[in-house]
Amino acid sequence: MENLDQKFNETIKMGLEIVKETEEDRLMTLSVGPQHPGSGHFRFTIKVDGDYVVYCDPDPGYVHRGEEKMCEYRNFIQNIPHLERPVIHDSTNITYSYSLAVEELANIQVPIRGQYIRALASELNRQVYTLYWLGIYGIFLGHSTMFMWPVGDRELFIDLLEALTGARVTHAFNIPGGVRNDMPEGFKDRCLSQVAYFEKRLDEYEDIFYNNPLFRQRTEGVGILTKEDAIKLGVTGSVLRASGIPFDVRKAEPYDIYNEVDFKVQYMKTCDSFARSMVPFLDMRESCQIIRQLLDKMPQSGEVRAKLQPNPKGPVGESYKRVESGRGALGYYIVSDGTPKPYRVKLSVGSFRNILALPHLLIGSKLADMPSIYWSLNYWPVEADR
Amino acid sequence: MATAPKDFRFGNFVGSLIQLIFWILIIVTLVGLPLIFIILFYVPLPPVNGEVLTPYLFFSMMVDPTRTIPIINFMIHTDMFRVAVFPGFSYAALLAAATIFIERKFLAKMQLRIGPLYAGKIEGILQLIADGLKLISKEIIVPSGADKLIFWTAPVAFVVTAAAVVSLIPAAPGWVVADLDVGIIAVFAFLGFFPLIALLFSWASNSKYPFIGGMRALHQMIAFEIPFILSALPVVILAGSLNLTDMANAQYSYWFVFFLPISAFVFYISSLAELERIPFDLPEAESEIVAGWLTETSGMIYGLIQLGTYVKLYALAGLFVILFLGGWAGPQIFPEEIMPGYTGEKIYNATTVNAVFWFTLKSLGMIMLILLPRGINPRIRIDILLHTGWYKLIVLAFINIFVALLLVYGGVLGPGGLLST
Repeated sequence: MENLDQKFNETIKMGLEIVKETEEDRLMTLSVGPQHPGSGHFRFTIKVDGDYVVYCDPDPGYVHRGEEKMCEYRNFIQNIPHLERPVIHDSTNITYSYSLAVEELANIQVPIRGQYIRALASELNRQVYTLYWLGIYGIFLGHSTMFMWPVGDRELFIDLLEALTGARVTHAFNIPGGVRNDMPEGFKDRCLSQVAYFEKRLDEYEDIFYNNPLFRQRTEGVGILTKEDAIKLGVTGSVLRASGIPFDVRKAEPYDIYNEVDFKVQYMKTCDSFARSMVPFLDMRESCQIIRQLLDKMPQSGEVRAKLQPNPKGPVGESYKRVESGRGALGYYIVSDGTPKPYRVKLSVGSFRNILALPHLLIGSKLADMPSIYWSLNYWPVEADR
Repeated sequence: MATAPKDFRFGNFVGSLIQLIFWILIIVTLVGLPLIFIILFYVPLPPVNGEVLTPYLFFSMMVDPTRTIPIINFMIHTDMFRVAVFPGFSYAALLAAATIFIERKFLAKMQLRIGPLYAGKIEGILQLIADGLKLISKEIIVPSGADKLIFWTAPVAFVVTAAAVVSLIPAAPGWVVADLDVGIIAVFAFLGFFPLIALLFSWASNSKYPFIGGMRALHQMIAFEIPFILSALPVVILAGSLNLTDMANAQYSYWFVFFLPISAFVFYISSLAELERIPFDLPEAESEIVAGWLTETSGMIYGLIQLGTYVKLYALAGLFVILFLGGWAGPQIFPEEIMPGYTGEKIYNATTVNAVFWFTLKSLGMIMLILLPRGINPRIRIDILLHTGWYKLIVLAFINIFVALLLVYGGVLGPGGLLST
């Protein structure tokens, strides 16, 4: 009997030795991107323990283009077309703050009609950006209709911007001193009818997507970024507003004619993925109101562009200006040494600031929450890499 | 419109036609006919009008329509025909092909798109053939380190298992490949193979994403197996039989979906999960785990698994029709005779044709209902899915079991009931 017991114990011991797990056995390392359908031009390495993410390491930089360095070799006007490359679907906003900074540097006064058209183009482009973002959010969560509808409706805004600026996506419309050209004839009516149609569509989006119980189950209470953490991590834009802080550059530091426009800063207090996906949607509604007001208050005629020298240059100095883009505050810091070329241009983009919250939110959540958290951060990889 | 090329000559055209006819004749006489003779030699042919058919007689009789009909009649009542053509694989594959086309167009219309348009001129009707040809012509990549044997056999096993489920589904009274007295149990037994195949394939592909997908498939299918079986139980109670044909016949006057709506709902949700369709397509969630357990598939391996999936979709839609929608029951809309005054042997049977029509129509309607959630729902999360499967659906399924028992013991339905036929 003793022998049998001993043998039995030995067998159990051997079995335990066989199934003994080390940490490497337990954790599985997954590489999300850059060739993964759930990341874009971006990679983050995650380690999963079963279905839980225990480690996350964002690794941006796959689409770094050296935009800031390129700025130093071109003069202030030549910088416009390449500066919109980081976010081609929000190209008016990314050149907006650059134009504002150059205007401050060179002390240029923009005509009032030019300011209105600028703001109008900016709001239209915000719609284009947010619709694209919403489409990707839909397909990330497996909702194919929510990909097709926004991307289809986006075309209508692109058509409007094409009529206004002459290009579909990369407009190069904002320049230091105003905008390139005036509004075409009949643009106001076209714009108003489009906005009226779009507001109806927004209700349908809400019905099929935001009020869908499955969507709510997946996003509510997921990836909570508290108010304190949001301030500590320095997130911006819709991510900040979803954490209960009503900060919008258009309201906080009104640029151009935004202090004459009446709109609410939309924010939510639930701090989760659902709030982060809802805030851009609410912003689209506000944008519709802003577009209406801009079209009403706009002076009927006048200059749209200040007369400039062929090669504008400012005195030795520096300027920092920021605007509210689709992804949050987008600022330019420009240092001039008195030549027609900037000495240094620094972009402060919303994407890069928002992605800092990714490891914070992802660690401890489930693998299935990864798409809903990642894309709710309103991140655009190309912009973050510059 | 096609225009004639510049160096077009009518003589060349006629010459090429004659050449074509020449080669066709050569091939038919030297290859085709001997082949048919060899096949007919082994196929037992029936005695017709008192004389035993020989291959030679068979050919001579084909010219005379009145003598062809007995042969056709004989052919369509063989087991081979059942397995290969009508309630069997060809019918299921045809419906599966129709499903893929309907799905693409239907989803496109929901999403304000057009869908397939170019292949086949008319609304892209040949898109599936184009896709199939593409898949066939693609290289099959086997990952290094893969378990070759399982990697190659799993897709075939997937299709075979799906076809096995189809073989149990009756499409008209008497038209079923395998008329088992334990039909419904056999269906669930075959459906139990799918998680195994998914897991084996994901293990064999030796990759991380398929592995996570395979584990998800296993969790999901096991979680939904129990509500799936429990939701079919009230039907068994009411019909008093495990045979699928008997179940359909029991609902000749009243469809069970009116008595057991909750069971029908549970069955519908469970079949969505069983089919890995949105909102339950977690094993293939592309934004999380690339393509789930299908990540390493390529070429026709992927094609086979897709074919199996759609055949399975038809099988489950057909099963829903049999269990809840009265099977082939429906008003007689086909006339008794299509050739009045004809006295010879008939192929056309009004009852069967009617049954097939209604069964196909109901199945297609059910398929549409299964396709619908894809357009309106996102994917759900695995913990919500398991919670739904284990807690909510099982409880819901039990409600209707009690309803069914009440109906049987109250003498409303079941053997000898007031409403039963």
